Amino acid sequence: MMDAVAPASDARPDLAAIAADASGERAVGRPTVYVYEAPVRICHWVNAFSIIVLMVTGYLIGTPLPTVAGEASDNFVMGYIRFAHFAAGQVLAVFFLTRILWAFVGNHHSRQIFYIPVHRKQFWKEVLHEIRWYAFLEREPKMYVGHNPLAQTAMFTGFTLFVAFMIVTGFALYSEGQGIDSWQYKLFGWVFAIWPNSQDVHTWHHLGMWALVVFVMVHIYAAIREDIMSRQSIISSMISGERQFRD
Amino acid sequence: MGAATETFYSVIRRQGITRRSFHKFCSLTATSLGLGPLAASRIANALETKPRVPVIWMHGLECTCCSESFIRSAHPLVKDAVLSMISLDYDDTIMAAAGHQAEAILEETRAKHKGQYILAVEGNPPLNEGGMFCIDGGKPFVEKLKMMAEDAMAIIAWGACASWGCVQAAKPNPTQATPIDKVITNKPIIKVPGCPPIAEVMTGVVTFITTFGKLPELDRQGRPKMFYSQRIHDKCYRRPHFDAGQFVEEWDDESARKGYCLYKMGCKGPTTYNACSTVRWNGGVSFPIQSGHGCIGCSEDGFWDKGSFYDRLTNIKQFGIEKNADQIGMVAAGAVGAAVAAHAAVTAVKRLATKREDADHNS
Repeated sequence: MMDAVAPASDARPDLAAIAADASGERAVGRPTVYVYEAPVRICHWVNAFSIIVLMVTGYLIGTPLPTVAGEASDNFVMGYIRFAHFAAGQVLAVFFLTRILWAFVGNHHSRQIFYIPVHRKQFWKEVLHEIRWYAFLEREPKMYVGHNPLAQTAMFTGFTLFVAFMIVTGFALYSEGQGIDSWQYKLFGWVFAIWPNSQDVHTWHHLGMWALVVFVMVHIYAAIREDIMSRQSIISSMISGERQFRD
Repeated sequence: MGAATETFYSVIRRQGITRRSFHKFCSLTATSLGLGPLAASRIANALETKPRVPVIWMHGLECTCCSESFIRSAHPLVKDAVLSMISLDYDDTIMAAAGHQAEAILEETRAKHKGQYILAVEGNPPLNEGGMFCIDGGKPFVEKLKMMAEDAMAIIAWGACASWGCVQAAKPNPTQATPIDKVITNKPIIKVPGCPPIAEVMTGVVTFITTFGKLPELDRQGRPKMFYSQRIHDKCYRRPHFDAGQFVEEWDDESARKGYCLYKMGCKGPTTYNACSTVRWNGGVSFPIQSGHGCIGCSEDGFWDKGSFYDRLTNIKQFGIEKNADQIGMVAAGAVGAAVAAHAAVTAVKRLATKREDADHNS
């Protein structure tokens, strides 16, 4: 559990050691570290795809397309949209669970998005440093093998918590159609003890979608920007799994 | 409306049915239910000895629409429910007795049928100012409610008022009108929400209790599963139009004439648990959606406080101006999008500046 919050000495990969591997000479290739294992990457892209499908179909369920002409028996527009939404939701749930399970067996980077080390002063100091970097007050960002502390905070809230909330409320809403004898209702029906009127659950599910839209925007922007600006690879790392450092 | 305990048998005899016919009825019932040969005498025995369930019907802050609905029940006819199935000992709106004579019945029932009577409550008690906003028989209704609840077997909370609070509990709720289950916490409470509940649902609940001598199975929210386990939307006859993507876009358009789905007109069917789309109203004649208007969700918690009856999304008032989730979300996404663009622009400028600086420095 020493990854993101590692004090600066740990967070900085031993470039000299890596470079020394290249037969004692100054490395020609850039030092790389294997960060994201295959299951993490697969989960990332499946979740990303599911979330996009869920956002589009979810919006269209709340605000349906214009009325279609013809017989009701000839059309199934809402039916297909809802099917896509439910299918993508179940895929997301399965891969989110897989991702949680992988946190137990994977490397220590795979655990990063599931907690914030709130009790460590050093962590908050580095969060502040990152914020200053984004506010153009620092000339150079620090180097991290995994997520930087600010990114870890954003991933934990913006992804882990929000997606968990959407999965729980989503299955609760799905259980309404499946009936009160369904396993979905048995597992998630307690949501209606918090909000007895399902209209409130719908409202929160809508708000959760917009929170995720905001997260996705910031997430993609930060990834592209860091890829260009910071001293490590970001986007290609989520494809190859390797993080490249450059200086 | 005597308080003496009557059995079903004595009521049947009083209505002019012979003992011979009574036994024929018992045998026929046993046969049609597929029970063994002994069952007929058991049914007869039960009807001869089982007392009719005494019911006390009280009225708090309410509009009497529940009673109005109740007396229109067709299956079973309300006369059968009131005169044969239950022993309606007290109902200040429709009883003949009045004043002290009426109030005495409460005490009598409470003493005589301790722990055996059903307390049916229409409306709810206001708690503000010591309950002074609803005085019934010279004292706050909340006191009367607590007194009668003390010795009741179970409580039926009629309507949205007793179940959730309804209009008198809508924000800002000046009288602090409070649903029954928040006031009485030590008795089983059956919520029969709706504004009003469907007549057949009301008599159905009463019939179930008297027939089986137990309370119906309740869902998580305390509503009888047999009437409230599905949404209006699940059994709506316009559902095929919803699945097909055929909606009424505005009142009186072609789609409205064709009877398409009222989802876009703010129909609350997808979030409302009730039996309207199956049992319907006025003896099965129609229900709101069949009449061309969306469901307003009258059997749901706080339905007055969820914004317009014609909007699909709830109004959120925490931000000063009333907005729904999508409006708030779009503003947030737009603001963040603008911030991201601005940040990217500043980054680009800064980067250029830094590069020039570095170049100057190096040269």
